[in-house]
Amino acid sequence: METITDQNWLLSVGTFLPLVGVLVMMVIPRAEEQLHKLVTIVASGATLAVGIYTATQFDFDRANAMQFYVNEEWIEVIRSNYALGLDGISMPLYLLSMVITFLVAIYTWDNMPEAGNPKAFGILMLVLQVGLAGTFVAQDLVLFFVFFEVVLLPMYFMIGVWGGAQRQYASLKFFLYTMFGSALMLVSILALFFQTGGESFGFLHFLDVAGTLDRDVQVWIFAGFFVGFAVKVPMFPFHTWLPDAHTEAPTQGSVILAAIMLKLGTYGFVRIAIPFLPNGAREWAPVIGILAVIGIIYGALGCLAQTDMKRLIAFSSVAHMGFTMLGISTLTEFGINAAIFGMVAHGLITGMLFFVAGSVKHRYHTLEISRLGGLLVSMPRLGWILGFCAMASLGLPGLAGFWGEFPAILSAYQPGFGLSEELYRVLMVIAAVGTVFAAGYLLWLYQRTAFGEPKAEFAQPVHSVSAAVNQEHDDDDHHVELHDVNRIEWIAWTPILVAIVALGIYPKLLFDITDPAVSDLVARLGEHLQP
Amino acid sequence: MLGATGWFLDNAWLIPIIPGVAFALIILIGKRLPMQGSELGVASMAASLVLSVGAAYQWIQRVDDAGGHSEAGTLGLIAGFGRSLTAAQEEGAAYVQPVIRSWTWWESGGASFGYGQHIDGLAVMMLFLVAFISLLVQIYSLEYVRGDRRYTHFFAAITLFSAGMLVMVLGENMIQVILGWEIMGLCSFLLIGHWWEDEANSTAALKAFLTVRVGDIGLLVGTSVLFFGANDWTQENLGTSGFSIQGLSAWALSGEASETVLLWGAVALFIACIGKSGQFPLHTWLPDAMAGPTPVSSLLHSSTMVVAGVFLVARLYPVFWEAFSIPDVSVNFIVVIAGITIVISALLAFVQDDIKKVLAYSTVSQLGYMMLGLGAGAWLPAVFHIFTHAFFKCCLFLCAGSVSHSGSHHSFDMKRDMGGLAKKMPITAGAWIVATLALAGVFPLSGFFSKDEIIDNVGHNGYEVFMYIALFGAFLTAGYMTRATYLTFFGEPRGAAAHASALEAAGAASGRAGASPQNDASGHVPSPGGAADPALEEGRASAGQVGVSPLEDRGVGGLSSEEDDPADPALHGELATAGLAHADHGDAEHHGPHESPKLILIPVCILAFFALTAGFTNAVAFGEDWEQFKEYVEPIAEASDLEAAGAAPRASDLEAAGAASVRSGSSILNDASSHSVSSPAPVQEEGGEEEHASGCGYTAPEEGGICFFPAVSHAEFEWSKAALSLIVVGIGLVGSWFVCVALYSKRSRSLVGLTQRLAPARWGYNFLWNKYYLDHLYEQRIIRSIAHPIARGANWVNQNVIDGVVNGLGIGGRKTGGWVYRNIDQRVVDGAVNASGAAAGGTGHALQPVQSGKVNQYGALLFGAAAVFAIVLVIVNV
Amino acid sequence: MFAVNFFLLAAVLFCIGVYGVIARRNAVLVLMSVELILNSVNLNLLGFSLINGNIDGHVFALYIIAVAAAEVGVGLAMVMLVYRNRRSIALDDLSEMKG
Repeated sequence: METITDQNWLLSVGTFLPLVGVLVMMVIPRAEEQLHKLVTIVASGATLAVGIYTATQFDFDRANAMQFYVNEEWIEVIRSNYALGLDGISMPLYLLSMVITFLVAIYTWDNMPEAGNPKAFGILMLVLQVGLAGTFVAQDLVLFFVFFEVVLLPMYFMIGVWGGAQRQYASLKFFLYTMFGSALMLVSILALFFQTGGESFGFLHFLDVAGTLDRDVQVWIFAGFFVGFAVKVPMFPFHTWLPDAHTEAPTQGSVILAAIMLKLGTYGFVRIAIPFLPNGAREWAPVIGILAVIGIIYGALGCLAQTDMKRLIAFSSVAHMGFTMLGISTLTEFGINAAIFGMVAHGLITGMLFFVAGSVKHRYHTLEISRLGGLLVSMPRLGWILGFCAMASLGLPGLAGFWGEFPAILSAYQPGFGLSEELYRVLMVIAAVGTVFAAGYLLWLYQRTAFGEPKAEFAQPVHSVSAAVNQEHDDDDHHVELHDVNRIEWIAWTPILVAIVALGIYPKLLFDITDPAVSDLVARLGEHLQP
Repeated sequence: MLGATGWFLDNAWLIPIIPGVAFALIILIGKRLPMQGSELGVASMAASLVLSVGAAYQWIQRVDDAGGHSEAGTLGLIAGFGRSLTAAQEEGAAYVQPVIRSWTWWESGGASFGYGQHIDGLAVMMLFLVAFISLLVQIYSLEYVRGDRRYTHFFAAITLFSAGMLVMVLGENMIQVILGWEIMGLCSFLLIGHWWEDEANSTAALKAFLTVRVGDIGLLVGTSVLFFGANDWTQENLGTSGFSIQGLSAWALSGEASETVLLWGAVALFIACIGKSGQFPLHTWLPDAMAGPTPVSSLLHSSTMVVAGVFLVARLYPVFWEAFSIPDVSVNFIVVIAGITIVISALLAFVQDDIKKVLAYSTVSQLGYMMLGLGAGAWLPAVFHIFTHAFFKCCLFLCAGSVSHSGSHHSFDMKRDMGGLAKKMPITAGAWIVATLALAGVFPLSGFFSKDEIIDNVGHNGYEVFMYIALFGAFLTAGYMTRATYLTFFGEPRGAAAHASALEAAGAASGRAGASPQNDASGHVPSPGGAADPALEEGRASAGQVGVSPLEDRGVGGLSSEEDDPADPALHGELATAGLAHADHGDAEHHGPHESPKLILIPVCILAFFALTAGFTNAVAFGEDWEQFKEYVEPIAEASDLEAAGAAPRASDLEAAGAASVRSGSSILNDASSHSVSSPAPVQEEGGEEEHASGCGYTAPEEGGICFFPAVSHAEFEWSKAALSLIVVGIGLVGSWFVCVALYSKRSRSLVGLTQRLAPARWGYNFLWNKYYLDHLYEQRIIRSIAHPIARGANWVNQNVIDGVVNGLGIGGRKTGGWVYRNIDQRVVDGAVNASGAAAGGTGHALQPVQSGKVNQYGALLFGAAAVFAIVLVIVNV
Repeated sequence: MFAVNFFLLAAVLFCIGVYGVIARRNAVLVLMSVELILNSVNLNLLGFSLINGNIDGHVFALYIIAVAAAEVGVGLAMVMLVYRNRRSIALDDLSEMKG
């Protein structure tokens, strides 16, 4: 893989800039709450600006090359280098993490979780951002692992301190679960390091020596990576931390978790597990495919049984990430492209759904589906946004979700590298059935929350049907308690909504970036694969 | 472009863009406009119509040019818009190249997903049809949904709906078809559930969306299957991806397609069509979709949404043709489904009381005809039936809307609230009757020319059994439409329809404030302040009690919809509208049945006119000169030159000999070697006709040749055959009329209550009334079991088994830890520690007295000890 | 032998010192007795130095004197503190160190 080292300070700046914000916040007294929020916004905004600048400097014609590549000695004694780089695969996710964190910071301006203390919250959020961005640009396994783990702690505290009633349980479960995965992954990292001669932890090194390993060794090492990443994705049956974590996490935590953190797992598969261990990947691909499809159906069934809106959305993540994993497991250009698109689309759409759920919770103080209802009557704009997201989530063409879903299904018809076509075609059909379930639970959710009249406990005294009859503009009603989407929410949400439409109408935007890198990846896979 | 193409053809892709943009504008600024966005919708549809007509005109020119003049293969590439394939035909009845342009949406792995246009006769016909019907429906809606609380949303959704259909119609590739297909799904969800305050409506919307979505599995799978099957071939021969409609068609006919792939692909796609076009067994959503506003139903059932499935089959006809061996086998998947659909839905139409549901089942049945035609090789009649059906079905729905709007107080219940309306609403009744006769297939109305052709050709192509099924269907159609007509427009007025006479009887006594009796249609001023008069709503609650004074019904306040039978979403829905959209109806509401306002009548009359005359565009009965459709819509099945077609298929070279006659004659290849002996009629019957050498659809094209459309056969029109179907229809009409008169007016003893008395009739009635228990099966068994036990089970498994394992591991870990702590750590390890401690403690106790704390004693001990050691030393040394 | 006188004197002083440490109750006197013991040791060291003909003993003696000065300083300070807290310096009363 070729590397381009121009302007290679950009990634370090982009990754660590939030820490400047953290330092500033440390010296500001805790009582200055608004100031802390402001600093969080400014720091994440500056990071985003650096990210956008990086994107403008990115050479899109050579998206398959590792750009802005840094490779400096770091921990000499274990041959680990400080290596960062950006290519077409990591670039969308790198930017996504910055955008989401920035928008979440804006959203926090008005919607601080109940436990308060914006200082600690903001610091955690910025540290989280460092870990997330770092994971996507790290080009050294040790560095990757460090970033991968850095993410855990802030999230643990976010859930544990600002979470809901069961936060202790959820945060601990989240932490232990992911630690468990990481532990196995660490074993695999070490095994890979020593098996390949113990020369370097650099990604490029592993790419060069990929495939020289014995097939059985690859299979075992892949197993460790598989567990580590599958927990993060999460794949069935390692998904049970997800609903709890999402349900208990504060809105901000849920959004970041859904939009970016889950992608660490899928990104790990695409970036590390599959290219480094081609034979291991081929042996494991059917397993991944089967588990992915089980996840699709299972997640959907889980959704149908939920009574809590947030938990339902959380379960839908299991199903959607199933499509992504199905795409990856085909080991084709199509599938992996679809998977990356799916990651971004899911990040935007599900992130948005969690935002909406958070705002509903903020107003109603409950997310029990049976108690909600008539959202379109009491808060029309919020209701339409929820409908829009539900439609995007169920894969309506013209919105982002479709391009992650349909190509993934398509690619399963003809998996790569001699994987069993019969198996994958069965998987394809089941996955297609999953789209019906997706429509089922999302529309059912929408029907029960948005349609109909508001439930008695939340009904507005002024706002009855008979009054509505004569109102041409029911949107303009003034509600005392249940106010519609406010300005801060609009600011935080509009970019996401626009992105969902833009990516849906013009998917080339993303596919053009990922395609060269992915086609390189698949080509390399073909070269290194032992017969 | 030398007349072969033109601006309208080249820019046909704009047609769906216009309403698409209009949709965005309505959403964004619609509410601030003087007519709340509706003007944008109407204007965009009008613009689309203009473009469609222009495209149609130029297409006709193009075909004429291709046929009439001898222009050497010309082509033009329109710069800046990617690949553009346009061509003029050399001469004779060559395959007229569609005007194809495409623009890459994105690429991956050598496959490009594109957006573009594929304009040929079929597309042009559908574009015109969709734009035309949509425009009329929108004009009608201006009046019909006036004052609705979501007036703007309604127009936004209905505009997007048309845009979706237009996108699909001119789709160049399958991705675009999926796009349009799903947009329609979304809009149907929004429109059917337009009055979502009522749960029944949103449930119907959900049902429609989900049922269609079940079919969409087939669309996704079928597209994938065909893509991978065809991609290599199309890339090599045409330079297009395996999504391309033209590529797929050519591939299917190339003889190189794997039969298994074709079959699976076609079956999957047909499943999608079953869902979308309401074929058995996924037809159940269509009647429920009546919960939407009437204009939506009419649009949905005439030119958009439900015909999308039929259109897809017609569009990818070569694929189905080859996959199901349509010319060789006298039974296949499509015709079986279609045959079942025709009969069961026609039977269901007999037991409906809701006028819109009668029409809904009628649509299902007519869609069955179209599918039957396609399945049996009668491509042209089926497509023609799409065309004619759109006019009369739209007309019927709009008449039904007109009746409920002005005649029956928003009720659609024929038995309770209608009857005798012909006198009150002559124009509506006239239009209705014209459309009904057209639907029944009475000569010379439009339905005759299309439906009879289907029946005729189905028999001609060897599907005799299905021809009789279709004839039986025609008989049933005549029957149920007569019943609906009679119940609505003739006989005694009932319920709401009877209010006029009741009011007249009550005379001035009913002098309610604000009720000015001289309310004519033109003075139909919206008066939001007038609000609803719920009392009259209650009029319909006085089910069938003819002549009950409305005064007695008054005083029941509130919205009446709460009292309705919740099992009937359609009825329910319209009533909710009645409540919500009441304000707009103003004072006219307070009167009995009257004729509808002009905005409603004009579209109805235009449609009735077309229902009357549309058939003449392809009136086979009058000879070849009348067969415009065959000339301009049906592609000529002719092998083009592959080399020329190559990366940019264009002018084909072909045998000029006899070509001129080919277009008017049949294009069946009469090559015995390519037909099995058992292959059906065409071979024998066509014996006398002039044949030409096209083997498309029968044999693989020769090396270097390429086919884009199979050579479908056409039955010759014979009055004797037409007479048979006319007689059947006549019997249906007349017989049904007499039964209706006897049953509903004279209350004949022997007929009334028959379904209660006679056991087989009762069973049959119940079976039909419950819609063959299909809904029961889907909702109670399948959906409930998925939504409840299975989902709960999965959730239970999740919570208890998988999560249980995790929690179990956690708890187990803690317990193990506890045990280790208690037994090993505390007893063994700590035991040792404690033991040593205890020993030390004991010793300490024993020595405690020594530590008196007194310095002197310590000193004494010290010196004592020193002395003792000194003595020992001395002794030892000595 | 001339040096034997040194040893005798030292022995006498040592015994007096030991007696003082064991028998006296007054802390100051005990300290003084300790000084006697130390000085008896010093005498012994000087005596041995005389016998051996080198100055090692002198060095030790000087070292002990220095340490003793510090020791007395610390000891007297402790006695002062004990007196302030208890108004008594009787060693019998100071049995907090009892085990």
